[in-house]
Amino acid sequence: MKKLPEQVKRLAAVFVIFLSSVLLIRAYAVPAALKDTDIHRRTAVERETARRPVYAGYTACRDCHDDVFTSRKKGYHRNLSCETCHGPGQKHADDPEATKPIVPRERSFCPVCHTYDPSRPTGFPQVNPSTHNPLKPCITCHNPHNPEPPEAPHECSACHGEIAGMKGLSSHALLDCTVCHTTPEGHKLTPRAVMPSKPEDREFCGRCHRKGAEEKDAPKVDLATHGEKYLCWQCHYPHLPEGMK
Amino acid sequence: MNPEFLHKLAELVPQVEGFIYPNEIEIHWSILIVLYPYLTGLVAGAFILASLVKVFTVKEVQPVYRLSLLTALAFLLIAPLPLLLHLGNPLRSYEIFLTPNLSSAMAMFGFVYAWYLMVVLLLEIWFDYRKDLITWANESKFPMNFVYRILSLFSKDLTDEAIAFDKKAIRVITIIGIPSAFLLHGYVGFIFGSVKANPWWSSVLIPVVFLFSAIVSGIAMVLLLYMIITPLRGKPLDMPCLDRIASFLFYAVIVDFTLEGLDFIHRLYESEESIKILSKLVMNKLFVSLVIIQVLLGMLVPLFSMAAAKAFRFNEELRKLSYFVAAILIQLGIFATRWNIVVGGQLFSKSFLGLTAYKMEVMGLEGLLVGIAVLIMPFCVLAVLLKLMSPWKTAEEHAAGG
Amino acid sequence: MNRRKFLKAAALAVPAAAVPGLAQKALAAAAVTAYDPTKHLYGMGIEINKCIGCGRCMEACKAENNVPKEPFFFRTWVERYTLKNGHGGLAVEGIKPGELKPPAAGGEHHTLKSFFVPKLCNQCQRPPCVQVCPVGATFSTEDGVVLVDSERCIGCRYCIQACPYGARYLHPVTSTADKCTFCYHRVVKGLLPACVEVCPAQARVFGDFKSKADPLVRFRRMHMLHILKPHLNTEPKVLYADLDGEVR
Repeated sequence: MKKLPEQVKRLAAVFVIFLSSVLLIRAYAVPAALKDTDIHRRTAVERETARRPVYAGYTACRDCHDDVFTSRKKGYHRNLSCETCHGPGQKHADDPEATKPIVPRERSFCPVCHTYDPSRPTGFPQVNPSTHNPLKPCITCHNPHNPEPPEAPHECSACHGEIAGMKGLSSHALLDCTVCHTTPEGHKLTPRAVMPSKPEDREFCGRCHRKGAEEKDAPKVDLATHGEKYLCWQCHYPHLPEGMK
Repeated sequence: MNPEFLHKLAELVPQVEGFIYPNEIEIHWSILIVLYPYLTGLVAGAFILASLVKVFTVKEVQPVYRLSLLTALAFLLIAPLPLLLHLGNPLRSYEIFLTPNLSSAMAMFGFVYAWYLMVVLLLEIWFDYRKDLITWANESKFPMNFVYRILSLFSKDLTDEAIAFDKKAIRVITIIGIPSAFLLHGYVGFIFGSVKANPWWSSVLIPVVFLFSAIVSGIAMVLLLYMIITPLRGKPLDMPCLDRIASFLFYAVIVDFTLEGLDFIHRLYESEESIKILSKLVMNKLFVSLVIIQVLLGMLVPLFSMAAAKAFRFNEELRKLSYFVAAILIQLGIFATRWNIVVGGQLFSKSFLGLTAYKMEVMGLEGLLVGIAVLIMPFCVLAVLLKLMSPWKTAEEHAAGG
Repeated sequence: MNRRKFLKAAALAVPAAAVPGLAQKALAAAAVTAYDPTKHLYGMGIEINKCIGCGRCMEACKAENNVPKEPFFFRTWVERYTLKNGHGGLAVEGIKPGELKPPAAGGEHHTLKSFFVPKLCNQCQRPPCVQVCPVGATFSTEDGVVLVDSERCIGCRYCIQACPYGARYLHPVTSTADKCTFCYHRVVKGLLPACVEVCPAQARVFGDFKSKADPLVRFRRMHMLHILKPHLNTEPKVLYADLDGEVR
């Protein structure tokens, strides 16, 4: 076998020294806390877990304020957390005397949720704050823990502002909601569980719109040939029947 | 918290077009990360040029062999710097060696880099220079003789056998080196190409495109350096060498152009969900840097200039001029390529619904000045290397010249 | 005498309210030691047609998790989508809590519908952010939450690039990546994440995939579900009910 050239030995020595020192340092000189992934994960989880909550959670409030809980039980705000309005409360729960949660009484607070906005789901109670009893704080009429309106909303627009707004501009503006919908009383309390009715046959719209109907201003169609198997509102949007651009 | 930084973000808000996710207002990978693939690309390209001499025995390129190796080394030494500067917590960078996450493309950086630096580049340079280092050590005065002795690892063997072994070793290393250079830069491309969240980056072609643009930029850089340094040394340019490099450069640009064209056409033809926002990106935000600088100035004009030199049989002076202009434009174009990939990939929202803006700061760690400094540093390193281990002063010349 | 009055009296009698403080600590300690992460796999349900866009989740999240107040850093946020008549008419905007303004009317097309989409980290089962972190500073816990180890994150921001949902940001104080943790520190104590706690419309439902009876189970049974960017195969654990296909 040929002798290894001198330069290879030198190089090999350099490499061996370098690699072995790197490996040895990594194995022995570097503390486990720096290179052990399990330790890292565990300490990170512990650190995360040890963080103190800022919001105490609704059960913490109930421990002391059970009276408020009882009064809220049946109201529209029954599913709200106290801290939704009163702000983070862990400090108050830790030391009730030293820190008090916020009590929003100003008129600007409730509209954050209850200002009319067309993107809000229909059925969510919304008002126009500039016309709805201006300047009065909301809490003069509404008890936020049980926000029963002074009188039950007879106007559907209290919750269906978007539809009301659209209908108001349409040729159906003068029709009351109740012309087409019958609304069980339960709808006002549990809106999603008890739904109002919708017209169930073509003849309903036909009362005004079929050929020969008495209503003078309503456009007429021949129910026998127009639309066939569809109900009218499956194509025409009754709240804006002019159709849309 | 730095109020200036917040102010900067606030200034960007009105420049947003359409919708971006709120966290997307901050461009996270800026000028420094543009420099990183640019620098590594030069490394890979310069090395490939050097290996042409040894593996494919392209004799004409011999005059730039050592220059290419040293260029590769100089740029490789600086390449990690922009990465390091860009980290939020640079002092923790050692973690990448202590707890590398094996599923992370980026974690492999340390290993690919170490492999390329130590096993390929340094070894090849050492074997190539060993004989000269020994000679220089014998001829220099203190302290330089000592430096050369350390660099030669106190090797003394100048027998024909030993020299022959050096040559053989260089050949073997180069053969390993070519795939390693491919790995080094293909890997950088993979860092981007594997981000499935980002359609501008996510493409199997990206590593290949990176690779070929790297070869283009590296060859052009060595060509430039050779054309600048040789007159400075008062020596004539070796025209056959220049012509040969230029023709390699020409073919490399053709391949690169084809690949990028393929990527472009493929995207356009597949026309996936992201195509709308990407066309907006190209037509709006990247028009100058992509269409004008990268494609027109960085590819088509150099191609034309080099093709014209060949086709119309320019005389020497005109050829030199056309090569020189082509090489400069190619540098500009490849830098724009890196910019368009790195910054361009962050200028559109991952919601595909809007575009954001990037405003480079002048001062500051992620600013223009630091970027320029990082860009100049490899040349300083190269100057030192050239001084220390002259590629021209070979042992023979030295002996002859006294 | 209810507990409130008792506590008031106690606070006067016992120095510096030591009783509730201690009791709380003992409770917390007990909850933590008893906690077994292998028995849980957390997820969230979001009911699009309940969200009212009030933004209280965004505020609560920032308060609970020390997220910078400035509007460039969010662990959770709410978007408003507005679909117009005609093909491809879509407008999206981020909302600012308490500053809700109706979507800009006008344009040539009539608005068909408009709705809010709460967003947060999807706590993917196959998280791209975890895959790319070079030092393993971000990881999935056994109970399915992706956390960032802020003492190891080097701030390379590869995870921010890799997240398809824009859920991550670089915390400007620590220069480390930050994101929603499902309020991990609350959840292990049996509390709800802050955003779920304060949501006045119950648009957010928090639960456990490993539980047989909990709100998330019902949520999954009762709704047609959708996840964001399913083609990326990240397997999100944030599920959306009644989500429009336009949402990205």
